[in-house]
Amino acid sequence: MTIEILLQHLLNGLTLGSLYALIAIGYTMVYGILRLINFAHSEIFMLGAYFVFWGVTLFHLPWPLALFGAVVAVALVGVLVDRVAYRPLRDAPRISALISAIGVSFFLQNVAIVLFKAIPREVYRPQWLEDPLLVGGVRVLPLTLFVPIFSVLLMLGLVYVVYHTKPGLGMRAISKDIETSALMGVPVNQVIALTFGLGSALAAASGIMWALRYPQLQPVMGVIPGFKAFIAAVFGGIGSIPGAVIGGVILGFLEILIVAFFPDLAGYRDAFAFVLLIVVLLVKPTGLLGARSEEKV
Amino acid sequence: MNRSLHIILNCGVVGCLGILLALAERFLDGYSIQILNLVAINILLALSLNLIYGFTGMFSLGHAGFMAIGAYVCALLILTPDQKATLFLLEPAYPWIEAAHAPFLLAVAAGGLAAGAAALLVGIPLLRLGDDYLGIATLGFAEIVRVLANNLPRITNGALGFKGIPAYADLWWNYGWCLLGLLIVVRLLGSTTGQCLKAIRDDEIAARAMGVDAFRLKLLSFTLGAFFAGVGGGLLASLLTTIDPKMFLFTMTFNVLMMVVMGGLGSVTGSVIAGAAVTMILEWLRFVENPITVGNLTLPGIPGMRMVVFSLLLIAVILFRREGLMGTREITWERMAAWVRRGRTA
Amino acid sequence: MKALVEARDLTMRFGGLVAVSEFSLAIPKGAIVGLIGPNGAGKTTCFNMITGFYRPTSGQVVLDGQDITGLPPHLVCRAGIARTFQNIRLFGNATALENVLVGMYVRQKTSWWQSVVFWPAALREQETQRTRAMELLAAVGLTDMAAEKASSLPYGAQRRLEIARALATGPRFLLLDEPAAGMNPQESQELMAFIRRIRDDFDLTILLIEHDMKVVMGVCEHIAVLDYGVTIAEGSPAAIQANPKVIEAYLGEEALAHA
Repeated sequence: MTIEILLQHLLNGLTLGSLYALIAIGYTMVYGILRLINFAHSEIFMLGAYFVFWGVTLFHLPWPLALFGAVVAVALVGVLVDRVAYRPLRDAPRISALISAIGVSFFLQNVAIVLFKAIPREVYRPQWLEDPLLVGGVRVLPLTLFVPIFSVLLMLGLVYVVYHTKPGLGMRAISKDIETSALMGVPVNQVIALTFGLGSALAAASGIMWALRYPQLQPVMGVIPGFKAFIAAVFGGIGSIPGAVIGGVILGFLEILIVAFFPDLAGYRDAFAFVLLIVVLLVKPTGLLGARSEEKV
Repeated sequence: MNRSLHIILNCGVVGCLGILLALAERFLDGYSIQILNLVAINILLALSLNLIYGFTGMFSLGHAGFMAIGAYVCALLILTPDQKATLFLLEPAYPWIEAAHAPFLLAVAAGGLAAGAAALLVGIPLLRLGDDYLGIATLGFAEIVRVLANNLPRITNGALGFKGIPAYADLWWNYGWCLLGLLIVVRLLGSTTGQCLKAIRDDEIAARAMGVDAFRLKLLSFTLGAFFAGVGGGLLASLLTTIDPKMFLFTMTFNVLMMVVMGGLGSVTGSVIAGAAVTMILEWLRFVENPITVGNLTLPGIPGMRMVVFSLLLIAVILFRREGLMGTREITWERMAAWVRRGRTA
Repeated sequence: MKALVEARDLTMRFGGLVAVSEFSLAIPKGAIVGLIGPNGAGKTTCFNMITGFYRPTSGQVVLDGQDITGLPPHLVCRAGIARTFQNIRLFGNATALENVLVGMYVRQKTSWWQSVVFWPAALREQETQRTRAMELLAAVGLTDMAAEKASSLPYGAQRRLEIARALATGPRFLLLDEPAAGMNPQESQELMAFIRRIRDDFDLTILLIEHDMKVVMGVCEHIAVLDYGVTIAEGSPAAIQANPKVIEAYLGEEALAHA
């Protein structure tokens, strides 16, 4: 394996990892607050990709505007899902909300099949993302750089919101103790709505970039990345935002590198993450950073 | 009400069912019989998940995996060596896979046993996990089974799966297995051991303090549930005559979960009613997805609509009637007698 | 008299916190012993160590000469130790009778599959279990409520049902965690007679945690006092009432409460 190919693999790993990380953040924030595995998060991811496609082909929006509009629209969908399907179940047994989440996941997936049809679609990519650049003598697609850079920017934005704003303080408070926070005057439902909004926006961004990187749209496209991102969140320590990022990036690298070094295992690529999940749950259910509860959100 | 009367009444019901099946076989068209067959298999599947989740409180999402194991084992055993020789296109089957052959009864049982063995194997480490973590881990197990089915072409024929599986699973086999499952589950739940399963569901700590070996009983319930899931998978393979890894996606588990939640967590009669109802609703909704011609107007079918309606139904049940149709109640002879009496005095 | 149950230097540490330190108590066969102390003194932690819910950091639990330290709860129960819970933990969906039946399971001889296949021995055993469970319900005065849902029973009845369920496991040693909690004076009076009666009828040795001093002093023959995880006194009710350390521990708490 030449150094150039290795570099290429590493870059691919980083790209995939940052996409997982963006989705994982949404899982981890919601779980940290509600102890709910938001199954519908995979579909939120998928909707992001479709909304951009719609914006560009149906409404003929310029690409950056379509991107922005899609992120906002998907954030609203996330908030709506919480309002309709989860909020009425806050006092119900935990598994009820989980079953509701599974229901929402199937609902959105099949609404997408109804609206967009099950046939895979080609994605529009702006030309400037496809003209190769020369970086230190290595040919690089701008796209492979765009994804990690844009992801890091989004994560920095999130860190700012969570750690330096008042609603962020509310999120951290609720994740520690929802009842006490409510007594202390934290507007619990609004903060939870904001959490869903932010998490969904990141998942939408991830979905959009995923579609740029692996340019095919399908209603079920969110399922596998969604599961893997959830696993990344568990691996990193569920409830921890830095954990989700680290877990996502590690999972991305592992997946790319294992397939690169052991091509025979390519068929088992999707099983790999699940094996990791089961091992983590059995050996250290708190994940890499889960024990550090001060990081919880 | 005394026991002998119970036995007489139950035998009566089984006898009536037998007569109805014989009539159905003679007079109904193939499509209706197919639905009746699916009803039996789905009741068995709902019952098996209800045993695990509704009665023992273990949130398992691994049903598709157990069904897949049962389906593949059963199919491999009832396909003849000659059929298998022509089936395995990608790579030839292992000689022992090609040679293995068994009558249908044994093949289905073997499918169930294989699924039960798998449950025992994954249950020992996984059942320590609680609630949602158990759900996601068992879901992971089911996905791993599917990926294995895709990647072991010399055993499973890879993504192509099997075609032309002998269609032995008629009404008699399906309802026979369904009744056997019902009998075993009802007998188990009626025993003191069954009380302990429900006790574990309600308060595991108290159950353990009362001397209940919670882990062992959870494993028992999980394995037994998986056994019947495997049996259901085997029957389904023979009923549909084709299987492939795509058949055992999470959707399969979702449908079974739907039946259990709708019928009521912890109600056998609920599972029976919901198993039958959901099967029929699912079949009926198929029409929505096919083009409909009314007079000279053709409405295009809407693919996906079936599951849209279905998932909305599940959300509605969870939001507005969490206990489902029956809750933890059962329809028993005593209750029916009480209704009849009430009807008479009214 | 030889001790039936012996706690030897039981210590329980949670991280840096020492919940119970070197708790030792020898309970003679047939005795009714009280474990008292202010809230958070570590009484329930002692129960949890004895019944196998916590594995003590150090120390031993010995039942009738047999070391049972670190056994899982269900094996501790099988060895002959049963308990009730401070915050009543009945199986709320099940009937009173079914609750008691769960307690019978630990002594069940036939296996689950034997009941499934109508094995005569299993059917007979199920009948005996039912009869025995009804007897136990009668012993605690709940015959009329056998078919009622446990969660719908009045509070006092729930406490008695929990005791019946514990008796169903066939214990030699019974631990009662605040049996008089939430009872009026009349009911606590009856409870004392009840505790003595089950001790005699079921040949039991009893250890109980209780805050109601009338009950403790009235029924216990021997009392141990815990404060901040440390045993500060042990002796007969009269000796405990006169012990200055005990008075201080309780008055100190009261003084704090008034502050």
